[in-house]
Parts: sequence; structure tokens; C-alpha cells
Amino acid sequence: MSTAIKRLRSFVGPEMTGPLAALVAVLVIFSIASPRFLSSATFGSVAFQLPELGLLCLAMLLPVLTGGLNLAVTFTANISGLTLAWTMFYFGGADAGPEAFALGCVLALAVGALSGLIIGVVVAYTKAHPILVSLSMMIFVRGLGEFLTRGGDISGFPDFVQPLGHGSIIGIPIPLLVLCAGVAVWHIVLQKTKLGFNTYMIGSNIEAVRYSGINTRRVVMLVYTLSGAMCAVAGIIMLSRFNSVRVGHGESYLLITVLACFLGGVNPFGGFGKVLPVFVALIVLQLLSSGLNLIGANQHLATAVWGILLLGVMVLRWVATHFTFLSHKK
Amino acid sequence: MRKMINSNATEVALIGVLLLIGIFLSLSTDRFLTLGNVFDLLNTSAVNIIFAVGLLVVLIAGGIDISFAVAASVVQYITALALGAIGGGNWAIGLIIAGSVGILFGAFNAFFIHYFRIISIVVTIATFNIYFGMLMFLTGGVSIYDLPDWLVTPVILFEHQAANGSWSEITLPSLIMVGCVLATWLLITRTTTGRQIIAFGDNPEGARRFGINIAAMQFIAFGWLGLMSGIAGLVQAHYVQEVVPNALYGRELDVLAAVVLGGARLGGGRGTVLGCVLGVLLISVTQNGLNLLGVSPYAFKMIIGAIILAAITLSNTGLERLLPVFANKGEAK
Amino acid sequence: MSADASLNVSGPAPVLSLRNISKTFGGVKALDKVDFEVLPGEVHCLAGENGSGKSTLIKIITGVYQPEPGAEIIYDGRTYTQMSPVIAQAEGIQVIWQDLALFPEMTVAENIAFQSVLGRRPRLVSYSKMRKIALEALSRLGVEMDVDKPLRDFPIAQRQIVAIARALTGEAKLVFMDEPTASLTQSETDYLLDIVRMLSDAGVAVVFVSHRLAEVLEISHRLTVLRDGKLEGVYPTTDLTQSRITELMTGKSFDNVVRATPKPDVKPVIELRNLSRAGEFSDISFTVGQGETVGITGLLGAGRTELAETLFGMRKPSSGEIVLDGASVKFSNNREAIDAGVAYLSEDRLSLGLLQPQSIADNLVIASLDGIRDGVFLSERRKNEVVSEWCRDLGVKIGLPEDAISTLSGGNQQKVAIAKWLATNPKLLILDAPTVGVDVGARKGIFDIVAKLAESGLAIILISDEVPEVYFNADRVLHMVNGRAAGWFSPNECTLQEIEAAVYA
Repeated sequence: MSTAIKRLRSFVGPEMTGPLAALVAVLVIFSIASPRFLSSATFGSVAFQLPELGLLCLAMLLPVLTGGLNLAVTFTANISGLTLAWTMFYFGGADAGPEAFALGCVLALAVGALSGLIIGVVVAYTKAHPILVSLSMMIFVRGLGEFLTRGGDISGFPDFVQPLGHGSIIGIPIPLLVLCAGVAVWHIVLQKTKLGFNTYMIGSNIEAVRYSGINTRRVVMLVYTLSGAMCAVAGIIMLSRFNSVRVGHGESYLLITVLACFLGGVNPFGGFGKVLPVFVALIVLQLLSSGLNLIGANQHLATAVWGILLLGVMVLRWVATHFTFLSHKK
Repeated sequence: MRKMINSNATEVALIGVLLLIGIFLSLSTDRFLTLGNVFDLLNTSAVNIIFAVGLLVVLIAGGIDISFAVAASVVQYITALALGAIGGGNWAIGLIIAGSVGILFGAFNAFFIHYFRIISIVVTIATFNIYFGMLMFLTGGVSIYDLPDWLVTPVILFEHQAANGSWSEITLPSLIMVGCVLATWLLITRTTTGRQIIAFGDNPEGARRFGINIAAMQFIAFGWLGLMSGIAGLVQAHYVQEVVPNALYGRELDVLAAVVLGGARLGGGRGTVLGCVLGVLLISVTQNGLNLLGVSPYAFKMIIGAIILAAITLSNTGLERLLPVFANKGEAK
Repeated sequence: MSADASLNVSGPAPVLSLRNISKTFGGVKALDKVDFEVLPGEVHCLAGENGSGKSTLIKIITGVYQPEPGAEIIYDGRTYTQMSPVIAQAEGIQVIWQDLALFPEMTVAENIAFQSVLGRRPRLVSYSKMRKIALEALSRLGVEMDVDKPLRDFPIAQRQIVAIARALTGEAKLVFMDEPTASLTQSETDYLLDIVRMLSDAGVAVVFVSHRLAEVLEISHRLTVLRDGKLEGVYPTTDLTQSRITELMTGKSFDNVVRATPKPDVKPVIELRNLSRAGEFSDISFTVGQGETVGITGLLGAGRTELAETLFGMRKPSSGEIVLDGASVKFSNNREAIDAGVAYLSEDRLSLGLLQPQSIADNLVIASLDGIRDGVFLSERRKNEVVSEWCRDLGVKIGLPEDAISTLSGGNQQKVAIAKWLATNPKLLILDAPTVGVDVGARKGIFDIVAKLAESGLAIILISDEVPEVYFNADRVLHMVNGRAAGWFSPNECTLQEIEAAVYA
């Protein structure tokens, strides 16, 4: 029994306390505030809205763990979506077959991964700060996308793309399944593989990792490449959700992904943080915005509340460390 | 002279690149090197330069700020409403209101950074969302077009009519910009406060042992950026003659890129006002040049992004690493 | 080694006198009712192991920390209950911190003159005045430097000079030097000691914190020993020897024995043939056999670490050959070296050796991840096995394997670092300054492990700038000077003084 609890605790980690507390708080507050909150409609809308932000957040998570940042996530998702769209247009637009879609997805993943790889190469081989490298990559990718689309929408895809964005399998929305798969893969990569181990270590001290015989450049490049590939997954889901692609779509998610990572207990300097708490933090954010919607507020208020929540959690963490400091003193 | 070049390598490189671009554009277009175009460049860059020198102070102090551009939007809105409430006002009152509100926003960031020991990127991402979300929520995204006359009337400080009849003018934003640049330059190079900010950004623990007031440094740095973004907000409203709540959304990252292009370092201690201004100018000149060359506006950002990426890559790579011939240490990794 | 202690202890009133100083951090008493006294013009040594409270005491005197109530600080005839950095500086208390606390992005002039322009009204900076102050301070030390260049362009020894010059800009009455010689070569150290004597002659009291006991005896008049945050005692240095100071600091007695044993006909593990690397070392040839420990000593800048990193595959030799187990090897990175059986314990444990925020377990397995892999996945179970096995074998005292490595003492951290390399199953272990930041009392434990490893057949290269360490623990000692092999010593056939004379010549 106690070992089961211990295993559970080591599985979720100490980072989980904050997000879980926030989750409970949000559930309690909104169920009191609105009787309609605890309904399948709320959870349905959360389940459909969560995936885009969630996938982008996964893309952000890996670089943050290495002590970096990937500010290009949203536009990389856009450009990957564009790749898929054009591939389908090349094979007949609305008449394109599933093979064209599959090929498009592969190409989209490749484009996303390439965007990440470029950031990774520059970060690994120069002393430039990842914020700057990914920021300039973001400006470049955004410009490239706007140039190629002339700022317009691209739409008109085959019908079979629709279910990917709107369909459900045994009552679970397909985008949510994709997100869950992403979370599972990220969890396994981070907790179980050498790559994940090295990702955390690099976040603490990259030189010491290099002295331990690890090819840190390869790890950094892989991290950003995976980040880019995850952006592509987000881009594909966004394409099927909106049945169109526009550069700038999801732009406002950019800083929210960073916010969600920090809310999920990821160390801003890197080296510490787990996928599952971040996932819970994402759910909290979406529930908050759905709840606020129910009581008549809009997404903008939700955005502000998200910011307040992050500040609140950070202040509480500060209070908590001071409290343990005082209790030690006795 | 050589010493000057060595210690100001970034600035020298930027001036060199600007000159090259300038010469190329003067030869390939007949519009670039006209008084009208140069003045235009100054007037349009004014807002970004004011933001940039403010952000520079925060970067030098070892922090980062994501929230200043949306804070400027909030300042615009509050100032517009306040001016409406007091029945008009004038430039002095406008600048005082905008500046003070801006300082408040900066101090709000500094408060959380200093007293709760939260790293600045986390605080300012949070306040970015709070400021912007609240602004859009409370205003419903409605713009203000009904601004006082003095605010929407262009103030021409100098004008000149060319032989072909076209007017070129320097307007108030340029003057305010020059004022802000000079003030920032004085702050960080000529006052002991400014030197303490640099020392704090360079080695916080060393600064603490020196008895430098850390709290004051945080509040001054973020307050200064707040002041600058307040002023920039008002100037931007003047320039476009309206207050649109989301007009400055996203500007923060463009300004950040320009400041860093100018040699400021994330992590603190390094950065000059000259470099910072040159960084912004390089981007505006490039954009202006592309425009004059008839390149599609959709391609601007792509080209500018590529330039920044290349610049950051090159400036962070030693020559010997790109050209192994110069390497005297054959390190394995 | 004889001290020139000739100070009349009963004479002048103390310039600084502390009573009843206590300080607690997170439940740990860093200082417990400590008294401390410095006389004018005296060179006073503050000795103690890491964590004995030396740095905390200095920070209280200079106002960085505040003491707990009941404390009394009498400085220059005035009584304070607490200090502030600004008052301390204004009243002539100066500190040269171990990490120097300089500002690398600022010019030399500004670094030196910074505090003398700080806080003065008007709050404007005069660069010409700063230059003047800086040049004056440097000329008092008899040093010439380009004061307009940013400090980051200067090597560490020059920065040390800048830190000293900064301390001399005001009217210093009392100067603290916290491990000032840690990063200096011998000639630079001698130069620094001359400066200390000069200050002392001019009536400035100097409090000297150093772990190099020879220096302590050479320079200081009196010695205050702290142990575990408590005052152990105050002693005139005339009566002391190095081993006596060690005993006072640790509360234990040590006797060193030469461990070297002749090892004829051992199977060679690694052989260096005329190994050179341009600008760093040249023409180094030697063999290390199974179970053999070869010591390398020499001053800072002798090329020891560069040689070690070359053997470890992190630098490429420009000429010569490395033969490992009979086969010539050319490593293109350190992973290849590790796989071939070479392990290198870095001299810089804090920033290169271990990942301070990460867990003990992760630090231990980081270099041998393939050893705990189960297919493509890492096995938590095998990781725990490896960790508990090594902690048991090397006698590492840990709480939980998940605790951050920074929670361990220096000695235990170093044992984990050694375990990390033993887990890679090496044939050759290169130990670069393995006792840096390790308490005197814990050093013996490290060398006991080294001896046991040698017995088990491991080839060991032991690098240290502390001659006694290599003398007592190596079978043969190579003395390097400016990247060249200057001579070989056998501890069985020579005295410690002979090697020291050669090294410090």
C-alpha cells in the first residue's frame, strides 16, 4: 500500500501539488458560481480546445527544460500546416486522396522538424541565447508564411480531414487523443530515455554534461528538432479543426505555452519539470476560460486571469519556501 | 582609434553594415538619399527607439521584459480617458500622465521580481497576459478616435520643400525620441545610479556585497522602461491619431530583437545606447530599402528575420570557428 | 617556513574586536558566540575547514549579513550592533573576496575606482577622476595595466591585482583577503605576500584566509581557528607547525606516510610517446602501468590540465602518440576516450565535475547511462542498484539518492564524482586536483579510496599543485614546467623538501 503511494508520488513528482491544487480550486469555485459548469458540455468544449494549446505547449516544454525557449512554436505550426495544405492542393485540393494527406503530414513534420533543427544547430554551435535564436527564427518563419500566402487564408480540403479535428472515437475527441498520445510520448522520452535524461542534465549545466562524455550538441539539436516536429503535429490538428490555414493562427498561444510550463512547475532556468503537471496546468487554464465563459466573461478576461494565476502560484511557492525555512528554524 | 574599435565592435560593425546598405540603396534607388526619406525614417522609428532604450536599461540590469508593449497600450488608453476627463490638457500634462502610469506598470513588475524573487521573464509573461487581457476585456476592444486636438495635430519642428515641390519634415516624435535617447545615455553612462545598474546586471552578488541597493536598482530599471513605454505609447497614439487597444501587441519581441542586435546581452551588464539605436535603425532602414526597391511587403519580415538570425549567429561565432584556418587551438569539440 | 612574528601582543588597542557573534542559516548554526580580535598593523590568519564559518564571519564584519542579537562589534573605538557594507567601506574596512566580486563588463579603472565614486553627490560619474584613482592605486602596487580595457579581457591573476587595487583606494585600516592565492601561481603568490607585508608595515591590519598552511605560517602573526562555527582558539604562529594547524582545524591528528611502492614489471596501461600540443605542452613521454599511481605536479599554467584533457579526448594532440593497451589511439571526443577506458575527474568540481542542482543518483550515472539501460529505456531499478552499490563501496554518506548533490559536503561530493567515473569501468583514472574544496579531514578518505583502486589494478594519474599530495600518494612524480617534463621523482628515494624546492624554484 505505502509502496504504491510512494510509486505514485514519484510518478507525479512534487511539481504536481501546485497544478492539482489549482485544478481542485477551479473546479470548486466554478461549480459554486455556475450550476452548468460541471456538465458534459463544459468538458466537451475543454476537450476540443485543449489540444492545440497543449501540443504547442509540449513543443515549448523540451527547450524550456534545457534552459532555453522556442519562441517559433506557433509560426512553425502554421508553416507546417501550410505544407500539408499545399501538398493536398498539389494532388487536387478537395479531391486529394488519403495518400496525399499522408504524404502532406510527413512533409509537414519534416518542415517543422527542419525549423527546429535550424534553431538547434545555431544554439548548439554558437553562444547565442536560445531566446534570440528562436525569436529571429520566429520572425523569419512568420515572414516566410506571410510572403507565401500573401497574408490570406488557405482552405478547401478533402472531407476526410474534418473528423481529425471534430470527430470522436468512443466519445473522446480525436484531437484530445492526439494530445494524450503526445503527452505519453513526451513522458516516456523524458523519464525513460537517455535523450530525456540528458535534456534535464543540460538544463542544469551543459559544460558539466559535456565533460561527462555526452554529445551535448547532438542532444540540443534533437531537442529543438523534436520541438519543431511537435509544432507540426499542432499545425496539422489546427488545419483540420479550422478547415483552413492562416499564418498568425494561434499566435496568441505563444506566451501562454510558456505560462503553462511555468504553472506546471517547470523550472524557468531549466533542468526540472515534468510533462504530467504541465498537462494538468493546461487543463486548469482551459477550465478557467470555459468557466469564465459560462458566467458571461470572455476569453480576454480569461487571459488576464491566467496571468494572475501564474503570479499567484509563483508567490505561493515563494511563501511555501519561506514557510519551510521558518519551520526548520525551530 | 583601434582601441575604440575593439571595445565597441558591435557598434562599429552595425555602422559598417548600415553604411553599406545606405550606399547600395542610394545608388540603386533615387528616393533613399532624400531629405524626405531620411526624415520619414526618423519619424517612423521614433516609437521603437523609445521602447528600445527603455528595454536596454532592463537588459543591462540583467532582466527581461515582455510586458512593456502591451503596458504602453494600457497607458495610451488610460491617458486618452484621463485627458478626456480633464477636458483636453496639453503635451506636458499628457506626457506626465503617460509617464507616471508607465512607471507604475514598471514598478508593478519590479515589485514581484524583487520581493518574491520571481525571475523577470515569468513575471512579465504573467503581467503581459494580465495587462492585455484586462485591457481587451474592459474596453471590449473598442478603439478611441476622439482624442484631444493637440494630440492628433502633427507638430512640425522643421520643414523643407525640395525643388520638385515635395515636403520633408521632422515632427515631434523625433524630438521626443532624441530626448529619451539622451536621457537614457546620461542615465547609464554619466550617473552613479546608472553605473550601479550596470554593476548589478554584471555581477549581482558582487553588487550586493558592495552595498548597492538591489531593490532600488530593480525599481529604477523597470521604472525607467515603464516611463519610456508610457512616453512611447503616447507618441504612438499621436503618430497614428487613434488609440487601438491591440495596436502594440507583438511589438515587444520585435523591439527585443532589435535591442539585442545592437549588442545588448541577455543576462545583463552589456549594452550601449548607440548600439541599441543602431539596431532599431538597421531594421527600419532595411525595411525602408526593401520598400523602395519594390520588394513585396509580405517579404519584409522574412528577410529581416533572416538578417537577424544571420547577425546573431555570426556575432556569437568566433571568426576562427567559421574559418578553421585561423584556429590555433585544434579542440576536438 | 619560519614566521616573522614579532608583534607586541599586549601593546595597542585592537582595531577590530567582535564579541558574541552568532548566525543561523536554515536551522544550522554557522557561527556560535564567536569572539574575534585584530590588532593594528597585524597580519592575522583566519583558519578553519570549509563550513567552519570563516566566510560568514567576514560577511558579518563587512555588513553583508547581520549578526543575531547580543552581538557587539567594536571597530576603531566605536561600538556597532551591526554593520552595513556602506559604513564598512566608508570606515576603511576592505574585502578581497575569494570570487573577487568584480565587474567583468566594466573597465579596469571603473572596477578599481567604483566604490570611491559611489554614493558621492552629485551622483555624476567622472571618468577622468576614476582613471586617476585607478592609476594611483595600481602604481602603489607597482603594477602597470591598461585601465581603459574591460576587465573581461584580463586573466584571473590580473583580476586579482585589480581586486587588491580596489581595496587600497580608500583609506583602508583593515583588509580582509579571502583565499587570495587560490588561483595564483607561486611567483604571483610571492608578490601578493610582499604586498601584504607592505600593508602591514604601513599600519594596515590584514586578515588572511587561506587553506595553504605554508603561506599562513609564513605571513601571519597570529592565527584564529574556527571549527564548526565555534571559536577553537587564538594562537601566535611562532609556536605552530602545519600539522598542528591541521589538528586544530579538524580536531584530529594525522600522520602522513609515503604510500609509494616499487612496482616492477607491471603491464602498461597507457603510454605517452612525445605527446605535444602547440602552446600548451610538448614532448611528454611516460607510461602508467596497472596498479600504478603517477603524480603530476607543477605550478599553475604548467600544462597539467591541458595534458589530462588531451588524454581524455577533449583536446587533440598536435604531435606524438597515445598508446592505450598496446594500441595507438586517436580520440575525436571524450566519449571515445571513456569507451576506451579513460576517465577524467575535472579539477573544477563545481562547474565541470558535477551538476550541482541535480540528484546524487543522476550525477553518479550520467557518464555510464548505457550501463543502466534496458533495451531503449533507462532502468530506474538498475540505476538505484548502481547508486547504492557505489555509495556502499566508497563509503559515501548520503540521505536519499534523489537529494541534490549540492546537499553533500565537499568530500562526499568528490566521492560521488569518483564513483561516477568508476561506473564507466575505466582502465585509467585521471584525478585532477581531487582535494580542491575538500576539508582537510576528508582528504585522507579520498586518498584511501585512490590507494584501494590502485591495488585493484587501476592505472591512476594524480594531478595536484599541492606537492605533499603527490609526494605521499603517488609511486612516481612528474614535475612539469611550462608544458615540459622537468624531472621525475620517486617519493621512496627523496624527501618532500627536495620536490618542493624543485617546484617552487
